[in-house]
Amino acid sequence: MTPEISGFSFPNDVHVWWSLMIVMYPYITGFVAGAFIVTSLYHLFGRTEFKPVARLAMATSFAFLLVASLPLQLHLGHPERGINVMITPHFTSAMAGFGILYSGYLAILVLEVWFVWRHEIILRARRTRGVKRAFYATLALGTYDTGPRALEVDHRAITLLAGIGLPGACMLHGYVGFIFGAIKANPWWSTPLMPVIFLMSAAVSGIALLMVLYQVVSKLRARAPDQPCVSALARWLWFFLILTITLELLEIIVMAYERSESWLIISELLTTRLQFSYVTMQMIVGGLIPLILLAVVVLMNRYLHERVRNTLSTVAAFLCLLQVFSMRWNIVVGGQLMSKSLRGLRSHYDPEVFGREGILMAITLFAAPFVILWVFDRVLGIEEPEAAAAAAPPARGEATEEGSIHAA
Amino acid sequence: MAPTSTTSLPVLQPEPATPTPPEYGRRQFLADVMRLSGGALVFIAGGTVADALAAVAGKPRGEAYSWDEHLYAYLIDTSKCIGCGSCVRACAAENKVPDGFYRTWIERYVIGMEQTHVDSPNGGKDGFGPVQVGFTATKSFFVPKMCNHCRATPCVQVCPVGASYRTKDGVVMVDTERCIGCAYCVQACPFGSRFISPVTHTAEKCTWCYHRVTKGLKPACVEVCPTGTRQFGDLKREDDPVRLAIARDRVEVLQGHLLTEPQCYYLHLDKEVR
Repeated sequence: MTPEISGFSFPNDVHVWWSLMIVMYPYITGFVAGAFIVTSLYHLFGRTEFKPVARLAMATSFAFLLVASLPLQLHLGHPERGINVMITPHFTSAMAGFGILYSGYLAILVLEVWFVWRHEIILRARRTRGVKRAFYATLALGTYDTGPRALEVDHRAITLLAGIGLPGACMLHGYVGFIFGAIKANPWWSTPLMPVIFLMSAAVSGIALLMVLYQVVSKLRARAPDQPCVSALARWLWFFLILTITLELLEIIVMAYERSESWLIISELLTTRLQFSYVTMQMIVGGLIPLILLAVVVLMNRYLHERVRNTLSTVAAFLCLLQVFSMRWNIVVGGQLMSKSLRGLRSHYDPEVFGREGILMAITLFAAPFVILWVFDRVLGIEEPEAAAAAAPPARGEATEEGSIHAA
Repeated sequence: MAPTSTTSLPVLQPEPATPTPPEYGRRQFLADVMRLSGGALVFIAGGTVADALAAVAGKPRGEAYSWDEHLYAYLIDTSKCIGCGSCVRACAAENKVPDGFYRTWIERYVIGMEQTHVDSPNGGKDGFGPVQVGFTATKSFFVPKMCNHCRATPCVQVCPVGASYRTKDGVVMVDTERCIGCAYCVQACPFGSRFISPVTHTAEKCTWCYHRVTKGLKPACVEVCPTGTRQFGDLKREDDPVRLAIARDRVEVLQGHLLTEPQCYYLHLDKEVR
């Protein structure tokens, strides 16, 4: 399957080496950073309206972080040597930083998750028996103190860890942008704006995912989503979407206005090969439309019926998820459709369906964090016990199966 | 390709010109033990039996090659290239380059006052057939391309495990035993000189035929070039023609604005060539 070339490409420049997996990598890492930003808004910046989603956000960040390195691993020519990036890093490489940033952030997040769920772990250790009890006792790490002073220490530890975790999350994702932005050979990637764009769109994807998750979880638990929380999510999503779209437009406007030597080929790339994924998806369907929908939610908040607000915000959030995926695709794949000869473009890249770097694998990778979230909920309970107990209507037995675990 | 490493092995040299003692004395015995243990060390360290024997015998296999004594550079005179493709074929044969991938290739430029046509069918491996362009061509020429063995090379910079490296004698190479196949170097090379081999699943590129040049031979492409377009030289030799050309002629490098300091120098390069 030889790609068709228009114009002239360097003969080795006709392959898409960075496949769908490298599109999935920043997409998944983006959720890690974005969801963490939401928990930080609650834990660090005192945005109490995010309380209903704060624990969900942290669990989401954690679940996505666990799979974040898999797409990289799957894409390697020699996956069995992948660990060498961690144990024998070559520090002039941007990629070598991955091991440090990833493991550092993982350590912080695991600690924070432990502190946030410590009380819950102890409660469960106390009320279970046998193997389960041993399991929770192990998780409790030998401390069973739930007195007010201990909880105060927990709270301070959480704030401190969130304080370290927020820059950690920003760096983890800004760094993903740096991997592309620091490649001077590729003018579609090489801009200092790249890490910033990645970071902003990570916030968009994280908040959007939480909006969708929160609505779905509320539906599953037959409970109305907390409206101040939905409004706040919509407001912050709108804010980060505005920043993202502005930066993404600025990037190409500067190129066009400067008439940089690469603009001729990049404009052709955007209007031909990437017309659907860039113009249609990234800018209109995923950009302009949610921008308008969210503007309605934010500016007309007072006049909106609950259901209208929920629907508008969820649709907008879903479109934002498409926007961010398209953006990752356009950067990663788009940058490889264009030859470094700046004279040629190759035909579309169609990822394989099966196989290590195929579409099925990508879907599996995207689904895996939700499975992890489900397991997390069974084991630790994502919702705060008192919230679940207060909100679970005792009459509806079947719908509150999840909630009843915490209420028990 | 990893360099043939006969020279880098820890070879124990014999004492220079010591008068041989009449009988097998203590001194001789100790010297032999030293040599034998050296051989054993080489053997244990993963050297071949031949290497170990060479160490015991006190002399390296073949000519001693020291990479401190060389600094290679490449010169391409585009005005001489006839686009015969011998170099591309020789390279493919010498280095077993997989079909559809190129360690070296030739580009054809057909240029008019308003437009430019560039092509490189099969990397120029089969030569070039006639071409029809839709404009009045005013000049046409061929440009051989390959890895530029840059001094400040981005490919070595971005390798996350240090599998890409630059030798002391100025050749950029890939350690296929170490390469994880992440393709970051392929993305970072501004010249499109690298690819991921479908055979080894590691990065592959021109090595200036390091296995040949360390034996005093020329790279295969230079060896077969019928017009002298391609020249290989050693900057550490005062009278080297390539060194003299770089020193005295007006030479150009590809994409000089990226400051990668290519060590492939071009004579008579046109502004259309990138």
